[in-house]
Amino acid sequence: MIKATNLSKKYGENTVLNIALLEIPKGQTFGLVGNNGAGKTTFFNLLLDLITPTTGAVVNNGIQVNKSEDWKPFTAAFIDESFLIGYLTPEEYFYFIGELRGMNKADVDTFLKQFSEIFNDEILGKKKYLRDLSKGNQKKAGIVAALIGNPEVIILDEPFANLDPTTQIRLKKILKELTKNSKSTVLISSHDLGHVTEVCERIVVLEKGNIVKDIKTSQETLKELEAHFSV
Amino acid sequence: MIKHFINFEWKQFFRSSYWQKSIAINILMVFFALYFILVFVALGFGMYPMLKKMFPDSDPLIKVNNFVFYWLLADLLIRFFLQKLPVMNVKPLLVLPLKKKRILHYVLSKSAISFFNFFPLFAIIPFGAVLIFKGYASAAVLTWVFLMIIFTLTINFLNFIIEAKSADTELSFLPIILVASGLFAINYFEIASLSTMLSNGIISITENPILILVPIGILIGLYYLNYTILKPKLYIDGSLKAKEQIASSSDLTWTRKFGDIAPFLQLDLKLLWRNKRPKSSIFILVIGLLYGLIFYPNSVYQNMIPMLIFVGIFITGIFMINFGQFIPAWDSGYYKLLMSQNIKYKQYLNSKFSLMFISAIVLFILSIPYVYFGWKILLIHFATAIYNIGVNTHVLLYGGSFNRKKIDLTQRAAFNYQGTGAVQWLIGFPLLIVPVLIFYVPYKFISFEAGIATLIIIGTIGIVLHKKLMNIITKRYLNSKHKMISAFEQS
Repeated sequence: MIKATNLSKKYGENTVLNIALLEIPKGQTFGLVGNNGAGKTTFFNLLLDLITPTTGAVVNNGIQVNKSEDWKPFTAAFIDESFLIGYLTPEEYFYFIGELRGMNKADVDTFLKQFSEIFNDEILGKKKYLRDLSKGNQKKAGIVAALIGNPEVIILDEPFANLDPTTQIRLKKILKELTKNSKSTVLISSHDLGHVTEVCERIVVLEKGNIVKDIKTSQETLKELEAHFSV
Repeated sequence: MIKHFINFEWKQFFRSSYWQKSIAINILMVFFALYFILVFVALGFGMYPMLKKMFPDSDPLIKVNNFVFYWLLADLLIRFFLQKLPVMNVKPLLVLPLKKKRILHYVLSKSAISFFNFFPLFAIIPFGAVLIFKGYASAAVLTWVFLMIIFTLTINFLNFIIEAKSADTELSFLPIILVASGLFAINYFEIASLSTMLSNGIISITENPILILVPIGILIGLYYLNYTILKPKLYIDGSLKAKEQIASSSDLTWTRKFGDIAPFLQLDLKLLWRNKRPKSSIFILVIGLLYGLIFYPNSVYQNMIPMLIFVGIFITGIFMINFGQFIPAWDSGYYKLLMSQNIKYKQYLNSKFSLMFISAIVLFILSIPYVYFGWKILLIHFATAIYNIGVNTHVLLYGGSFNRKKIDLTQRAAFNYQGTGAVQWLIGFPLLIVPVLIFYVPYKFISFEAGIATLIIIGTIGIVLHKKLMNIITKRYLNSKHKMISAFEQS
């Protein structure tokens, strides 16, 4: 589904990402782990054509992302709060995203019903703008918006940070279901080793822009990762 | 501790994003500040001879004293809208081992060194100097100057009390306007001559300096009133809480008529209505519409037709100039989202175009009453509206692709130069001057009608070529996409 070849990003002399080859097959839940500055967000930004690569290219479902925009209809992402439009209410935001993904209001409303547990009556129908929501609730809205319209590729940067425990557990369940029957490919990054090992079939560890580990998740993965990161 | 506070103030001032602008704007701002200071100083020095000349029989000082009432009233109004007690800044201090008393005194005394309190000094001190030079008793003049400073500070603290009291109400500016206009009316209709009473008060204080204790007492009283109002509010759910707005929703289904640009049009309308800064561009419409009243009734300008073209471009284009010059910076806060969504740049830009297009037509219709000043005016408005739609919209959109400055929508509107860069200065020329030149050549060599016709024809060509032009503009935006994203990320 996603293939990055010879991909690198440099700022001046400083190489922040350098990936010789990374292939993510369709339907995989893919986890990206690494300390601050390891290049996780840079990789996602390159995937979304938000920054230009210094060398190499990312191909999403056969489409090179910086050459054509045709990857946009089947790709969705939530990187940070700058993906929210602060002066909209959550409903308006969901409808807007839904409309861009070819769903009408009724479709979006039905879609949102399954998240009532996550929303906990704090997001919908509150007559509040997104900018006035708490950080955690903003995040919930952003993640749910990224799931609208059954995208084939879903990219979430640090989805578990700032979320309450109930939502973390629910989100893990949702992410696992998404990749059942290999429908969607899910890419997430996290600092929480427990969560990623639980959700992801495959985990890649980045260190200063380089891939240092590429693990198929098993019983021992968490221990292995903990050993790797405890210096 | 005081040392630290002063140090913080210094850093806050010089490290504020206010200075992180291009040098050109900083120079311009300094220039403006110097200009105002100069005007005030000139006023201070020139007031005495001026008043002496206008009213040879009366004492200039008494004339000035009569005016103090109006000055204080105007000062209070201006401060109410522009000056806010900088109470938000103390949030990080709350959990430090500092007494609340100390924090409050810090906040309040800090407000005393606001530039609102300094500006009048530039006029008051020179005026006092002139008075001494003219042979007034030095002691009396010094008392007078001191009294004026006390008045300024009194207004300073009075304003905060009014703000605190009216902040909870929905139309918070209503009380102050009622009070100010009430006082003005009482004085104006001579129900009670407040200005004379104040003037008499000032005179008796300068004659008996001991009486100055009365205004000082009032000042101290106001200071402590502020203190007691603020003290119980120094909690993060009190006055330190950022204001939350109640979301208002409106039915925008009519935008469906515009087809595939509808979602963006809805977004733009909400952008305009729900954020302070873009909202102000709606209010500027009113000012722009009234702009013609300065020029049209004046027969001097009736003979300066090219000048009227400029006015026409301005009146029918005020919204598009205001809004258009910051495309796409209005969306800078969530530009990454737009760029990773299933969005065609063309639809996005077409929505902006439609908004400007509609504004020009609406403004033309609203400006029709100016026909009272002659049919030529109507013709000028029509031609400039067509030109604005056909040419200026595209110029603005094209210029927008060079925008690299982000706009924080939550920031205040007045005196906000965020997002202003070289583009905004350069684009003024083709927008406002070029149409005047286009008009001027045929006007000079053929006739007024020929000039108007030229503007209409060029505007129409722009409208006919709209699709082609949009393709070119879209390409420009696509090419500068990554530069814009990275520029909008920097604060």
